[in-house]
Amino acid sequence: MSATAAPVGAVRARPADALASWLRRNSWMLGLVVLLAALLVFTKFIQPRYGVTGVQGLAISVLPLALAAVAQAIVVMSGGIDLSIGSIMALVNVVGAVLMANQSEQFGVVAVLACLVLGLVLGAINGSLIVFTRVPDIVVTLAMSFVWAGCALLVIATPGGGSAKWLMELVSGSFGSEWVPKAAVALILVVAVVWLPVRRTRFGLSLYAIGSNRLAAFRSGVAVGRTRILAYMLMGFFAALAGLSVTASTGIGTPVPGPYTLMSVAAVVLGGVSLAGGRGGVFGPIVAVVILQIIRTDMTFLSIDSNLATVFQGVILIGVVMIGSLIQIRRGRA
Amino acid sequence: MTSIASTATGLLLEASGISKTYGAVVALKDASLAVRPGEVHALMGANGAGKSTLVKILTGAVRPDGGTIAVRGRERTVHSPAEARHGGLVSVYQEPALIPDLDIRSNLRLTETPIEPFRHWLAQLGLEGLDLSSMARHVPLASLRIVDLARALASEPDVLMLDEMTAALPANLTERVLEVVGRRRGGDSSVIFISHRLIEIAAVCDRATVLREGETVGVVDVTEGSEQQIVEHMLGEAASGIAARTGAAGAARARVADVKPRVAARSLASGARLHDASFELFAGEVLGVVALEGQGQDELFDVLAGSERPSGGELLVDGNAASFRHPADAIRAGLVYIAADRAEALLMQRSVRENIALPFITRLRAWGLIDAGEENRKVDTAIATLQIDTRAHGEVRRLSGGNQQKVTIARWVAGGVKTMLCFDPTRGIDIRTKSQIYVLLRDLAEAGAAVLLYTSELKEVQLVCDRAIVIFGGRVVAEIAAADADEPTLLRAAYNLRADVEMPEVVAAEAVATGTAADAAVAASIAAAATSAVGGPSSASAPPAGGDAPEDAP
Amino acid sequence: MSGIATTGPSRNRWLTAAAWRSLFRDRPMIPLLALLLVLVIVSDIVRPGVVGTEWVGIMLRAAVPLAILAACQTLTMLTGGIDLSVGAVASMAGFVVISLVLSIGLPAAIVVALICALIAGLVNGIGVGVFKVHPLIMTLGMSLVVLGAANFWQIQTVQTSSGVPPAIRTLGSDVFAEVLPYSLIVFIPLAIVILVGLRRTGYGRLLYAVGDNPVAARLSGARSWQVLVVLYIISALLAAIAGFLYAGYTNVASVSLVDSAVLPSVAAAVIGGTSIMGGRGGFGGTIVGVLILTVISSLLTSLGYPEAVRQVLFGAIIVAVAAAYTRVTDQT
Repeated sequence: MSATAAPVGAVRARPADALASWLRRNSWMLGLVVLLAALLVFTKFIQPRYGVTGVQGLAISVLPLALAAVAQAIVVMSGGIDLSIGSIMALVNVVGAVLMANQSEQFGVVAVLACLVLGLVLGAINGSLIVFTRVPDIVVTLAMSFVWAGCALLVIATPGGGSAKWLMELVSGSFGSEWVPKAAVALILVVAVVWLPVRRTRFGLSLYAIGSNRLAAFRSGVAVGRTRILAYMLMGFFAALAGLSVTASTGIGTPVPGPYTLMSVAAVVLGGVSLAGGRGGVFGPIVAVVILQIIRTDMTFLSIDSNLATVFQGVILIGVVMIGSLIQIRRGRA
Repeated sequence: MTSIASTATGLLLEASGISKTYGAVVALKDASLAVRPGEVHALMGANGAGKSTLVKILTGAVRPDGGTIAVRGRERTVHSPAEARHGGLVSVYQEPALIPDLDIRSNLRLTETPIEPFRHWLAQLGLEGLDLSSMARHVPLASLRIVDLARALASEPDVLMLDEMTAALPANLTERVLEVVGRRRGGDSSVIFISHRLIEIAAVCDRATVLREGETVGVVDVTEGSEQQIVEHMLGEAASGIAARTGAAGAARARVADVKPRVAARSLASGARLHDASFELFAGEVLGVVALEGQGQDELFDVLAGSERPSGGELLVDGNAASFRHPADAIRAGLVYIAADRAEALLMQRSVRENIALPFITRLRAWGLIDAGEENRKVDTAIATLQIDTRAHGEVRRLSGGNQQKVTIARWVAGGVKTMLCFDPTRGIDIRTKSQIYVLLRDLAEAGAAVLLYTSELKEVQLVCDRAIVIFGGRVVAEIAAADADEPTLLRAAYNLRADVEMPEVVAAEAVATGTAADAAVAASIAAAATSAVGGPSSASAPPAGGDAPEDAP
Repeated sequence: MSGIATTGPSRNRWLTAAAWRSLFRDRPMIPLLALLLVLVIVSDIVRPGVVGTEWVGIMLRAAVPLAILAACQTLTMLTGGIDLSVGAVASMAGFVVISLVLSIGLPAAIVVALICALIAGLVNGIGVGVFKVHPLIMTLGMSLVVLGAANFWQIQTVQTSSGVPPAIRTLGSDVFAEVLPYSLIVFIPLAIVILVGLRRTGYGRLLYAVGDNPVAARLSGARSWQVLVVLYIISALLAAIAGFLYAGYTNVASVSLVDSAVLPSVAAAVIGGTSIMGGRGGFGGTIVGVLILTVISSLLTSLGYPEAVRQVLFGAIIVAVAAAYTRVTDQT
């Protein structure tokens, strides 16, 4: 996705070659899109009435997890991992709900901004702890998942609070055509406005660089520690958006982390982001989230127990990772 | 970058008293370096002398434990490569500092390198055809190093440091690099040039600083005939420290016709580098293996140790065909492997005892209770045999390098050795331990073991071995009896110098243009051998190019 | 050249710091036990007279199942892994026993539960050992699978499920000789096997070897996949046993019973000095770690702090202790 056009004078690349290399570079992503299309057709086939309402519901239910997956993808690309995303979401979710409860619509804007700043701060704390204590990221974020979940419980002990109306309307209903759910528009907008510009900056390059080869990045003059912390801050920002989207879609704050951490890791892996870092993007994980959700929907249509759907998701996660590492082992031998 | 050094010394870069230790390993003791403006300054030394560490310290990739660095007479501390880069100190490392998952253009943006000068230098270096939008991981290694160099040149550094720049380059690119480096003489900026090839030093350098065991032992003006002086500095007393073995054991070995070899290799092939290795290793002898860097010796040892399966050929152990799928199979067949890289062989956080006893417990039926008495007996015997200093026995990583290497050997001595495969076991360790290891290898052979010893120090062949085989281009090209294996002979053989040798430059150039990194590397090493050979082997008594471990973690 | 590389201490302050460091590095049990003692004293100060035989019994009863779960983490962490599926496996095992006890009897129910755990462990082991999947991902995925399957099973058996069988309840929550919980009957032999096993058996040594340096282990002839497959099976079986005790301890049949104990089990192992990077640690430290967490827990409860504070504190303690260990052991 980077450097799309051939530079003047440097190459004699033919358009066909460029297309071929683009296809090769994005083969995983294309595979995902094809799978998604096939699943949609399959859904229409088993449930002929699947239509506008189905797409609307899909978009709303996908939004929090999709944002969580974006957050996870960012740290994974930088060569890290964050197991506290679910807890950060819960904390932001309840803080937002408590701030907005019985307040004016205008104050809701302040509350949302405060929540986003909170996300940045939480991410910065995670990142700084990892960089300065030199404790492995898995341990730090696993521990912090407890801390943030505990904080959420301290904010409110039971589900409660409220949400500004405009925030709820932001994700429900459709935009223009009834086939275009607002939630999907919000998701694409946020990613396009925040992530796409960021990845074009030097920080964006540094983020891929430290994930790809930390030593080479250091020698290229990248401030590795600072970049890692910034990556975690960006993660915190998207996790905060994910938490807010929970507030927006449920209208309340729930102080218990959902299954978002685990599912975000699954989506990142399915979405073609290498757990070793340095490769991938945020769109693959988003598509993966949609696919996971449609599978769940289809299983409901086929009246398969939702718990078996959970089993199935676990099997998919394990299967994909196993196949991925098998390919890597093969490649290493060749 | 406008004024020439304004201080009394007139030096562009001056480093003095630099020291650095990694745990128990002393990388630099008292290194100094003074570079004048407009000179190309060679930095020389044997493997492990500390050249790479010094360069890393100068560019801020590693923090020194002590010493001072002054640029243009002003003392400064460099905290990171980014800071060094802004201060005009730029290095091209042995491993290209390009991000594999970014394209070249993004890599340039990462270091804020202007594109136009970069293109200019790329063209100067003979790579104008490179597609800047290709991922770094898809660019062959030799081209990547050129890209790295062009990037460094484009940032107009005051001091450019080239660490083994030519080691992985084919001949035509090497020529271009030397040309570009040579043209920088007499200007305002300087180049620090690290190379093992004396012919290159003679061609482009003005002066040479020689390091030995982490200390600066001499600064030499490079002129006609200064090679000998450099070599003497590099060797120091290393040669005189060990008494040459009385030659009796070598040639006198009576090899009865019906004795089966312990290990016989028939046309072994593996990976991209090992094509056709045939030799026989008999019980009671130490067989040396001599090769330039990257001629397939790594692959040969991997195959013999069971780490890799051969892609062709046959391996016979005691006359029976052997096929190893795992090191465990090789060990069961009596082939044990001693790696040069101790980090590969040791459990750094565990005790000396556990490290030595490790092979006893690896088989399924040894998973149960350990017979402590028997284990202690074996381990204590091994410790005594090797005279391991066990004062810091709790964690192996607190031992000195020499003692660590002894532990890796003790592991196999403790269980009784039939066949020992040693891959450069004395790399980077002190002279006393070296001679102890020589004695031990001899003793093992006298006791009936077969020892295969790859060494990058050619002297060791006459000190320890009965005979030596030479590998070149993935093939065994010569067998030399120890009595005849003096350094010139071995070097000549290692470069495969014969009258009918062809210059494979065309092949090498093609590989860089189209081939994969692996192919290019093979071709490059062949071509590199040819280039060096032009200068004649008598001047190149440095050991073949070796990598100092990249130990600087960000 | 040969010998220990030491730099001469020049200042007194440095000497003390170094002494502390080497104390932590070589004898981590001493500071841990000191911390435990301090916590016990604080408990007694906060509520005078509370520390007595009965209190000890309560602490032990709460600590035993957690210690078994922490054993899973200790063993897997020694190889550089982690087992996050222990919560799901333990809950599943407890629930399977409870739901089957009426129809097939307790021994058979326990066997069925252990077989289920064994299968989960086997798959984990194959994933980590053979396919080289990151243990974190593998065991997380496995916990999804086990949790979903257990939920499904729960819905199928909702009519037949009964209360916790008395034998399990006694084992999990009753005490004998006024102080000692019956669960110790299970725990003490297990603990001895683990402690001796890690120190005195070839398999135990291999766990350290594989975790410290997989390449070295391989070059010495160890087949790490064998070690790992067996390890994750052991871990799952231990988790199942912990699940039985949890079911008896809480007297509840639920498929998500033990979920909340997963993080404390990791915390206990980390506090006990086991490195998540592998190769260093042991079960002795973990037991002390469990006791420390249990006493902190009860202390917070007696001070009237909610569960949330306990969570926050646990998380903070893990990071702090892990950071301290990193600081101590990174210095050479």
